[in-house]
Amino acid sequence: MRNLLIIADKEIRDGLRNRWVVAMTALLALFALTLAFLGAAPTGVVQVSPLAVVIVSLSSLTIFLLPLIALLLSYDAIVGELDRGTLALLLAYPVARWQVLAGKFLGHLAIIAFATIVGYGAAGVALSVAAGTGTAGWSGFAGLIGAAILLGGAFTAIGYLLSVLVRDRATAGGLAIGVWLLFVLIYDMAVLGLLVADQGRTLTAGAVNLLLLLNPADAFRLLTLTGTPNISVFAGMAGLAEQVRLGPAVLIGALLLWIALPLSVAIALFARRQV
Amino acid sequence: MTALVELEKVTKRYGTHAAVDDLTFEFGAGQCIALVGHNGAGKTTLIKLMLGLTHPTSGRVRVLGVDPLSGAGQRARLQIGYLPENVAFPASLTGLEMLRFYGRLKRRPRAECEDLLVQVGLMGAAHKRIGTYSKGMRQRLGLAQALLGAPRLLFLDEPTTGLDPFLRQSFYDIVAGLRGRGVTTVLSSHALSELETRVDKIVVLHEGTQLVAGTLDTLRNLARLPTIFRLRLRNGLAGKVPAIFEGLAAGSVAADGAIELSCTADRKIEVLRRAQGIEGLDDIEILSPSLDQLYASFLQDRRVAP
Repeated sequence: MRNLLIIADKEIRDGLRNRWVVAMTALLALFALTLAFLGAAPTGVVQVSPLAVVIVSLSSLTIFLLPLIALLLSYDAIVGELDRGTLALLLAYPVARWQVLAGKFLGHLAIIAFATIVGYGAAGVALSVAAGTGTAGWSGFAGLIGAAILLGGAFTAIGYLLSVLVRDRATAGGLAIGVWLLFVLIYDMAVLGLLVADQGRTLTAGAVNLLLLLNPADAFRLLTLTGTPNISVFAGMAGLAEQVRLGPAVLIGALLLWIALPLSVAIALFARRQV
Repeated sequence: MTALVELEKVTKRYGTHAAVDDLTFEFGAGQCIALVGHNGAGKTTLIKLMLGLTHPTSGRVRVLGVDPLSGAGQRARLQIGYLPENVAFPASLTGLEMLRFYGRLKRRPRAECEDLLVQVGLMGAAHKRIGTYSKGMRQRLGLAQALLGAPRLLFLDEPTTGLDPFLRQSFYDIVAGLRGRGVTTVLSSHALSELETRVDKIVVLHEGTQLVAGTLDTLRNLARLPTIFRLRLRNGLAGKVPAIFEGLAAGSVAADGAIELSCTADRKIEVLRRAQGIEGLDDIEILSPSLDQLYASFLQDRRVAP
């Protein structure tokens, strides 16, 4: 356990020093604040809490941004250290290989959590002060942040898997971009195309549910947009929410599996890897 | 004497290429061993096998009495230091932060990290970013981390590459100090000439096999390379080889007028004795075959008789 913390601590320190943490937090805060103040303008005075509006727009932003950030942070984790020669050195210390990966994961997850909480939190606080809404809608907002951290964790784990699989950094980087494109852009279009082509003949609602769970980004979208009735109505997802009978527990479970599975496979492969 | 490192018929293949081929040897405590060979001879692979970073295709490796790949091997690493051939520490951390990280992994206190920085002469730069370090400073930081926890066994892969002569000297001074404390050092190098007086045993590797092993003297005897004498005589006597060396050593006159005598190692003393009797002798220079020459000669033998 202590080794995990030592390695996590070093990753966090490294992240703070090379400005990763600062850049990430600033980027997330900037986008969140922009969305909070510009995105709320067209709604005028409606019966929707400004925080609910922000949750919807932030959720869409998160789907694009957090997987990208998580992949960029993680694809380098093993293959980069292999390149620099520090991996052989680290493994010559009295640490187990799984501890190296798990420790790095803890560190990277902490960085993502910090950037999300501070970046989005700043926007949330600024908005509720400006709109004078007090604490209403905060639980939904906290839920969004929690889900965003899970999403970041899932893509960090996928990034490690890439990092363990390949032999050089450039390949890992290219694959990371490919994974991002696949899960964030291509997958939804493919599922949509499939649904249109199928015309509802063979694909049951259950099959579609499964398809959505097979992409962590979709699991995240359903979790944040259909989580509360108030938000799902506003997000135009109310109809979908009724069709997709996936409770928050299932969606959170899916995201956790998306963390656990790639991470375990990465750890298993790394244990056999020749350095 | 129990062996700290034992290798028994160890082979390591990458695809069809054997990086280490059926190697057997052992190192005892307090020795300084040099693995010598050109690039690709298997030095780095051998060190990685002993560290448990990679597993042998066949054969048995024992380090500090245990298999380096086992759980016991992992614990044994508390007593092992390693300096990789090329290591680039994170540029954004300071030297002390980096050393503290490695120190924590070996459960060593901060004071020891600072002591080591003093020992390698980096204390002045302890709070500077590694990105600002020179090549020599990085190499010394690498050495400092290898010395954490007073290891019983030290693996140094090409430790002096890129160091200037002064740093090399201080580097070997540190290694000599360790030997005095009973630390076994295994170092690999292709800078042969600097190793000569500093190691107990030399293992010459070629294409993953052990060409020859032993002390420098053993190697010299095995190679049977001639010892060269250069005699400088006062004007008038130069220009011809004195007759007293007839049948003892082959003589010739070098371009600068010095007389060169070449003889086998067992005739050295006799040549020296007779040379002293020469009238007008100014200087004698004795050139024992260098490690470079020995290495070249072993490789030559290898090609002639595979």
